[in-house]
Amino acid sequence: MSDYDFSSERPKPSHFQQRQDELNIHDAWSSWNGYKFAEYFYDVEFEYFCVRNTCGTYDICPMQKYHITGADAEKMLDRMVTRDVTKIRTNRASYVVWCNDEGRLIDDGTIFKLGDDHFILNCGSPCSAWLDKSAFGFHDITIDDKTDDVAAMALQGPTSCAVLKSMGLENIESAKPFSINFFDFQNARLMVSRTGFTGDLGYELWIDHNLAIPLWDAVYKAGHDLGIHPYGDQATNMLRLEAGFIMPGYEFNEALKTVHFEHDQTPFELNLGWLVDFKKPHFNGRRALFDEKKRGPRYTLTKLDIEGNKPAEGSFLYSNKRCTEEIGYVTSGMWSPAAKANIALAMIETKYLEGEIWSEIYYEKELRQYSKVARCTIKHEPFWSPARTRATPAADF
Amino acid sequence: MKRYDAIIIGAGHNGLTNAAYLAKAGLDVLVVEKNDYIGGAAVSRELHEGWTYSNCSYVCSLMRQAIHRDLDLSRHGLILVPYLGSVNYDDVGNTLIAYNSEEAAYLELKRHSKHDADSMFRFQADLTRYARLIRKTLLRTPPDPTSFRRRDIHELLFLAKQFWSLGEKEIYEYVRFFTLSAVDFLEDYFENELIKQSKASSGIIGTALGVYSPGSSYILLHHVMGDVDGSIGAWGLARGGMGAISKAIASAFQSFGGEIRTNAGVEQILVEGNKVVGVALENGDEIRARVVVSNLDAKRTFTQIMDEKDLPPGIYDKAKNFKIRGSSGKVNIALSALPKFSNVPDNAYVNRGGLELTGSLETMERAYDCWKRGRFSDDPYVEGVIPSAWDPTVAPPGKHWMSNFIQYCPAELADGPWTEEKRNLFGQTVVDKIARYCPGFKDLIVHMEVRTPHEIEEEIGLTEGNIFQGELTIDQLFFNRPFPGYAQYRMPLKHMYMCGSSTHPGGGVSSACGANAAREILIDLKRPNSVPVDDFYDE
Repeated sequence: MSDYDFSSERPKPSHFQQRQDELNIHDAWSSWNGYKFAEYFYDVEFEYFCVRNTCGTYDICPMQKYHITGADAEKMLDRMVTRDVTKIRTNRASYVVWCNDEGRLIDDGTIFKLGDDHFILNCGSPCSAWLDKSAFGFHDITIDDKTDDVAAMALQGPTSCAVLKSMGLENIESAKPFSINFFDFQNARLMVSRTGFTGDLGYELWIDHNLAIPLWDAVYKAGHDLGIHPYGDQATNMLRLEAGFIMPGYEFNEALKTVHFEHDQTPFELNLGWLVDFKKPHFNGRRALFDEKKRGPRYTLTKLDIEGNKPAEGSFLYSNKRCTEEIGYVTSGMWSPAAKANIALAMIETKYLEGEIWSEIYYEKELRQYSKVARCTIKHEPFWSPARTRATPAADF
Repeated sequence: MKRYDAIIIGAGHNGLTNAAYLAKAGLDVLVVEKNDYIGGAAVSRELHEGWTYSNCSYVCSLMRQAIHRDLDLSRHGLILVPYLGSVNYDDVGNTLIAYNSEEAAYLELKRHSKHDADSMFRFQADLTRYARLIRKTLLRTPPDPTSFRRRDIHELLFLAKQFWSLGEKEIYEYVRFFTLSAVDFLEDYFENELIKQSKASSGIIGTALGVYSPGSSYILLHHVMGDVDGSIGAWGLARGGMGAISKAIASAFQSFGGEIRTNAGVEQILVEGNKVVGVALENGDEIRARVVVSNLDAKRTFTQIMDEKDLPPGIYDKAKNFKIRGSSGKVNIALSALPKFSNVPDNAYVNRGGLELTGSLETMERAYDCWKRGRFSDDPYVEGVIPSAWDPTVAPPGKHWMSNFIQYCPAELADGPWTEEKRNLFGQTVVDKIARYCPGFKDLIVHMEVRTPHEIEEEIGLTEGNIFQGELTIDQLFFNRPFPGYAQYRMPLKHMYMCGSSTHPGGGVSSACGANAAREILIDLKRPNSVPVDDFYDE
């Protein structure tokens, strides 16, 4: 097929492609940052349950990984993101967001601090240009995009710690949430962070790309009796929604890619005010965010429990059952098998949060379209948040 | 002495559900349980170190989502994991695999019969239509067709409307359906024996009927009308075993201030005049309450813990003649490794789904013949499931346990009472049968628990070990369950109710009986009623 006209547009294989090809029996592929990426492998629901019941792995090779080093690295990151980077201890990870001058969210990600002058920024979308811009004025700093050099996988679910233990990672059970740990793997350094995007017990494994397949094989060998299975993008979307985590393209539109005025979001609108630290020195978007905090955000991202079982994906929200006054929209919605509830994240005009919330839901039944209006209840806790996610030492299941 | 608002007899899942709703309404509620553990037949027990058996019920499909959600059972630790697929074996070891993925399932059917592969679509559509109608009644109190109370008329109209929406042809089909045998029903769709037996087996589980007996087609429907997350006919496992369900409901109940007393078997329901006033425990304690709710089966309630002279005439006879025949056994086996079954690709579906040793329609009928003659089946229908292939909490990593449900096994043998020897012989018969399809199976056995109806009755208190608390035949269903005239959970004496599977909608881990009974009690006690009516009508 080399003479096929579009061959040159084929997505790039992941470092784990060889193994993932074998397991993706439906060839259900999409792509992420140019990498070939699984929608699902066997079955979305099955993969979802692996993470809630046993464990699963998720390819994060396509995630962007920037190594930021030098004496100015910390100051530069501290000026870029809204959280106080100086408070991050060595070998700890921290969830961060960064904004433009108007306080609109560019992206979210994690910062790993490996030393006083060594940080890693992991994020969903490429941001080299923004990092360069953010480094303006700093001299002792190097920004190195290691995305293609590192193979990384998330290992998530209640048996994930048992898998790592059986791989021989000593004392992994005492690793605390957001800790970063190092192990020897075939004479190379394996980095294991207790982080993830599923709201469950879980880890992320990082290694030189040449060891991708050996790492995969070691994890799968150790996980054989512990219910391991790969999961794709669709299961991830279910898992993160239950955990109440935001996703670009659903809850927020990256500010630098936004065309229409204020079709991007602020951290306060996304209910991430706790990530904004006004006590630290100047950071990008500070003034705008300060004003917004005083004023209060126009919208607030809200967790909803919606009556009935029809997913409210894409629904408009109203302040009354007759749907005469529109107050917001659903950003993500689904039936939650773990919580046994019809859950959603929604952007709602803050001033309407006290009153009734009704969702107009459209659904199809054997080719006929139906609609219903369902009452919504605000939830303040994540829909899924078992104690095992936070417990140290981590349990075996 | 303290007087409770309500005492529930039996901490099975329905009793706990009933108690949870009463406590949620603000009542002072006590559950008394004869065993030193709760759960009744929805129970997880570590009978061999490291292995936790669901040693009675073992899979779940009827559990009402509305209750799971309303009582927030997920937060109380309950997670239901669907299991995918099953495999059926005929007498000589040929297999029919019910794959989870549609395309694979279709190709597998086609391998056996082109005609049946296509016919399966019509079968599934018809069955789903029937299931949808019955599902609407699960969380509703059956109307009394002879009363002219407003609520009964309202409910009858609701039913008539649902019924009418099927269309004229289907109304006839539906009525026919209740009296058909499973095989008669299936003959209309399928020609292939293996495909027929794979569906017919659902028609005999837990019942003293054969695949050719009239009425078994409803039993079939009863086993496919449940769902997991809206997927009708799917089955799931409770993470941690079936006891996780009871434990979660108990935890919800306790969060509403409810009290559970174990090792507290009831000797007698106390009656004064025509009113029930409390219970006397086996240890001599007397506890009084405004209402008493029995989660025991109808026969046990009226003939074991009540005095015939306290009861209005007729009821005692009705209870005595209540059809509650023991017909099933259970063999729980701890295994040192995952067994390898013959004629299945990589075992994925055997390991994780159901393993159906159906043999043939003839084999299943002969198994029934044994039961009729007071013997356990020498070549029984075995439904095996290996929960540990899904659930990491029930066996050590790499080790497994297999739940085997056996049809048929009588409560009373023609050649005299059950003995340990006979029970072992029964267990051996089952193991021999499994080993026919799994060479080397016997070498993997680490521990085994064999339960005949006798043990189930002794330990759990189900009369004759009948898993449904009474046969699910039309004479004992809906407004006839448990007895005509007593289907609304109120029993003939004042302040007395029933909430177990002897009441509508019958057997299965559904929580529906307990919830429906709570609704009636709250109405009588003039309390706000918070019991959900399934709201999934638009499914």
